[in-house]
Amino acid sequence: MSAGQLPRWVDYGLIPFLNLAAAFLVSGLVVILIGENPLDAVQILLWGSLGYAEGFGFTLFYATNFIFTGLAVAVAFHAGLFNIGGEGQAYVGGLGVAIACLALDRYVPWYVTLPFAIAGSAIAGAAWAFIPAWLQAKRGSHVVITTIMFNYISFSLMVYLLNNALKKPGSMQPETRTFEDGGRIPFLNDLFPSLGFGYAPVNLSLMVALAACVLVWLLIWRTKLGYEIRSFGANATAAIYAGISPVRIIVITMLISGGLAGMMAINEIMGSQHRLLIDFVTGYGFVGIAVALMGRAHPVGIVLASILFGMLYQGGAELSFEMPNITRDMIIVIQGLVILFAGALEHMFRPAIMRLFTPARALRAKEA
Amino acid sequence: MFETIILILDSTIRVSTPLLLACLAGLYSERSGVVDIGLEGKMLGAAFGAGAVAYLTASAWLGLLAGIGVSVALGLLHGFASITNRGNQIVSGVAINFLAAGLTALLGQTWFREGGRTPALPEGGRFSEIVWPLAAEIRDIPVLGPIYSELLSGHKILVYAAFLAVPLTWWVLFRSRFGLRLRAVGENPAAVDTAGISVTWLRYRAVIVCGVLCGFAGSYLSIAAGSGFGVNMTAGQGFMALAALIFAKWKPFNAMFACLLFGFLDAAGTRLQGVSFPVIGEVPLQVFQALPYVLTVVLLAGFIGKAIPPKASGIPYLKERS
Amino acid sequence: MSDTPAIELRRINKSFGPVQANKDIDLVVKKGSIHGIIGENGAGKSTLMSILYGFYHADDGDILVNGKKVTISDSKAAIGMGIGMVHQHFMLVDNFSVLENVVLGAEDSALLSGSLGRARVELKRLEEEYELRVDPDALIQDLPVGLQQRVEILKALYRSAEVLILDEPTGVLTPAEADHLFKILEVLKSEGKTVLLITHKLREIMKATDTVSVMRRGEMVATRETAKTSMEELAELMVGRSVLLRVDKKPAEPKAPVMEVENLTVTDSRGVQVVKDVSFSVRAGEIVGIAGVSGNGQSELLETLSGIRRATRGTLKINGETIDLGTSTLDAADMRAKNMGHVPEDRHRMGLINSFSEYENSILGYHRDPAYSKGLLMDLAAIRKNAVAEIEKYDIRPPNPMLKTANFSGGNQQKIVLAREIERDPEVLLVGQPTRGVDIGAIEFIHRRIVELRDAGKGILLVSVELDEIRALSDRVLVMFDGRIVGERGTDAEEGELGLLMAGVEDNKNAAKGVAQ
Repeated sequence: MSAGQLPRWVDYGLIPFLNLAAAFLVSGLVVILIGENPLDAVQILLWGSLGYAEGFGFTLFYATNFIFTGLAVAVAFHAGLFNIGGEGQAYVGGLGVAIACLALDRYVPWYVTLPFAIAGSAIAGAAWAFIPAWLQAKRGSHVVITTIMFNYISFSLMVYLLNNALKKPGSMQPETRTFEDGGRIPFLNDLFPSLGFGYAPVNLSLMVALAACVLVWLLIWRTKLGYEIRSFGANATAAIYAGISPVRIIVITMLISGGLAGMMAINEIMGSQHRLLIDFVTGYGFVGIAVALMGRAHPVGIVLASILFGMLYQGGAELSFEMPNITRDMIIVIQGLVILFAGALEHMFRPAIMRLFTPARALRAKEA
Repeated sequence: MFETIILILDSTIRVSTPLLLACLAGLYSERSGVVDIGLEGKMLGAAFGAGAVAYLTASAWLGLLAGIGVSVALGLLHGFASITNRGNQIVSGVAINFLAAGLTALLGQTWFREGGRTPALPEGGRFSEIVWPLAAEIRDIPVLGPIYSELLSGHKILVYAAFLAVPLTWWVLFRSRFGLRLRAVGENPAAVDTAGISVTWLRYRAVIVCGVLCGFAGSYLSIAAGSGFGVNMTAGQGFMALAALIFAKWKPFNAMFACLLFGFLDAAGTRLQGVSFPVIGEVPLQVFQALPYVLTVVLLAGFIGKAIPPKASGIPYLKERS
Repeated sequence: MSDTPAIELRRINKSFGPVQANKDIDLVVKKGSIHGIIGENGAGKSTLMSILYGFYHADDGDILVNGKKVTISDSKAAIGMGIGMVHQHFMLVDNFSVLENVVLGAEDSALLSGSLGRARVELKRLEEEYELRVDPDALIQDLPVGLQQRVEILKALYRSAEVLILDEPTGVLTPAEADHLFKILEVLKSEGKTVLLITHKLREIMKATDTVSVMRRGEMVATRETAKTSMEELAELMVGRSVLLRVDKKPAEPKAPVMEVENLTVTDSRGVQVVKDVSFSVRAGEIVGIAGVSGNGQSELLETLSGIRRATRGTLKINGETIDLGTSTLDAADMRAKNMGHVPEDRHRMGLINSFSEYENSILGYHRDPAYSKGLLMDLAAIRKNAVAEIEKYDIRPPNPMLKTANFSGGNQQKIVLAREIERDPEVLLVGQPTRGVDIGAIEFIHRRIVELRDAGKGILLVSVELDEIRALSDRVLVMFDGRIVGERGTDAEEGELGLLMAGVEDNKNAAKGVAQ
């Protein structure tokens, strides 16, 4: 392996950049295939997501969701686990938020409800990840397939609950009653009107998300548990040698991962929708996978990747007015391409880059 | 009562067909050491391709070809990532699933403007039932009659193809040179390499066969069972096929039984919808909807013995350096 | 014997990036001879043979087979030219039968039945001609290692190999099995085949070869007729300076036992007993060596004692406690807490996490130690300080605790592991294959450290497949065969005697005492 050590900036900067560039290049080709001009599309996208304050507000709102689901996937990655269940875990996380808000919203202010909502969402999301975690740890059942299955099961569960137990009395809609003030997180626009976020639903959950980033960073790289998680993910045999229990790590990691995904519901349910409704996750859980891969499972990368995907969503909404051919599905295509190039094909450019770098270094090595 | 059983079994056969085809597809790939989570995406892509071309050409056979084409293309992409680039095979599969989901809906909307679906199939664009000789006459004979005319006769050709593929796969795997080498490369690719056989080419062939069979599976959904492509019409069947494969311990005849089991429970479940049970009352619709997925998890929990995959499964092949 | 060499290599060069594995190699192998190639780990022997077998392409130089210049593009081409290879790690499919393995790649047609039939007949013929008997329908995973190797040889002969390359063939054989292998090589030689024997073991070269070529650091440094050279001369050619084949140590002064193992039995995942009723003790201030060919239960013994593997039954007395291993749920962390250190046999698989930095590896297994924590977080400064101290003490190079251990040489990697385990001041140290893949300079250093630990009054259990290492370091030698301790000898044990025990021959001392058969 030593024959071919690339400098850090290449490993962490250049190659990921090339991977992304490839993903977006191919996306551009798809845009051409449906008969639109990719350059125009990019312009509209950039303007819609960054060009004006309200648009940027929307971008940040979406980014908040992705930070949570991205962190979820990233934490699991460090243990070598692939948690595809963020979608279902976030959905069930909504249940935790709704229960806290419905119980407290009439009695206490939002900042008292919030910790309960955070706890509720995290516990609910973690609980939804528990069975796949336990099955992987104890029975070797592949966590990828089980978490995907739990995504599907969560749809059935939530539809049932929202049509029956949780339904707003006297309504035909499968949703809960709207939360009172005690169950609503303030919009950033209400707190800082000068920023001009207007109708964008970006709210204080963004701060919670960023706090989560810091906590995840501390956890993974500065705590003993984090050391054990990384060890297990890097070399499970060495981890056992070191006295680390695979069962314990798999379960704890997945619980943390599920909890983080569940917390996405705070932003959507308590921060924006102010009620629990069906299908509020709309694929944000899956975006988390692309975000984690693009952000190389590091909180800083995840924040950046989340903003990028936030731009895609907000810009995409703007785009759907100007270029109706480019539907929401285009974002799924881009997601797939990012996962492909930043994940499965992440080493595709390595040999070429190595050839660029090695002759110079070999010469220097020989002279040494 | 007997009639009901026949109807359920008939339904079982039809529901398990796409699962069986996808399951056998996965078998070839995984036996060669390439893990394939992307069966779902290939099926979906094939369903779209078949639905689109069958509509445009009014020929089910051309639709089938198109479906196979799409599936093989996605399979080759997976192969490129997993074999040539030695990438993470799970991630590649997940990527292909998203690509298929996004592209089929996107192109469906752009080309046909019906919300992502393909339009209803014209005459000739859909596979028709194959009625066995004398089916109408034999129908009235007790017991044997319904079995012949309802259960065996009257399926689409792809159904028969699927079930014939089972012994064919067994034969290829255990009685042919290709099968010997395929199994070897999934257990110890170095042994195959040092014997002078190309590991890469062998695995690519496995991936192509996988693509072909997934093509059949997806095409069945849109131009045999259904009448056109619908957004996300695979609804997780690709993953159920994968679970069935693991449950079947990567053996062809076991795979057939596993898929029939899925099909049976799905068919039986549909019958029981809306039925009032003693004590429980009516079981909610969502329970039946969730049932196949719950069953998949139960199968994967492996309460029926541990499944040991091919030894080299999921591990990219790299020539050792001293 | 014609004069045309079976194989000739001229000025072969091969580099992997900046590392030149083969430099201007010339080699002449006479037809019908047994030609040895000796060199240390990393000397370039395997690379050279891989080029000959078509696995790699030389950057430069010519290959001549039977006097004709050829290009060996891949293994298929090599096989076509009559070159066969028996690899160090067998190229067999475990759940296939012998017949299926022999036929793989050499099938006649798309249908198997014909090929299998022909192969069965041919195998029978080969078995008789070369005395390589093996059951064609047995599954490889059910065969003992010595027989598996026979299948490898049969594979080559089935493909009409004229030149047979054997890469480190005796690593998994007892001395007696190795002798039998050499007899087979003699038979092959008498039938006109040419044999290339790659090894790092001097004794084998002297015993089995006609000619020997020595490789060092990618270059061919010398070729000698085996009869006209000596082990000492070859050793010197191998390393370029006089080699210390013996470790200087004063006699042991063992005190009370620090570890006692009683009736230990371990069963593997297939239900096979791999350790059978083993009992022994290790005293403070002594090194107990376990000799034996790999695969006789030593690995499982180490894994069980260190807490990585569950035992079926047995008792362990350590640290003043008595542990019932059959019911215990103690893991590796618990065993460490009982002052037991463990240098594992395979540092890549188990002892190090090569994608981690050196300082992160320096706490592997000890990461929960309060000395490395500051409240809820880990105290990186303390950890790095400790790592730097260990780097200095153990002369680990390059002295950079931030560097990933993947970038350290084998010897330095092993030193990192050793430093970590020894510096914890354990009462008992388990050590497996301490110098595997380690260059000579580091070997001496590591041996000295182990002896130092013993002189400090600790107990050491040493497992090694290198009999020389066992004999040089141990105060007492236990021999393991087929999961049992079959004999115990003192520090002056004869190699031949140990070899017999390693091969499962009944302990003479027992026989002499009149123990019933």
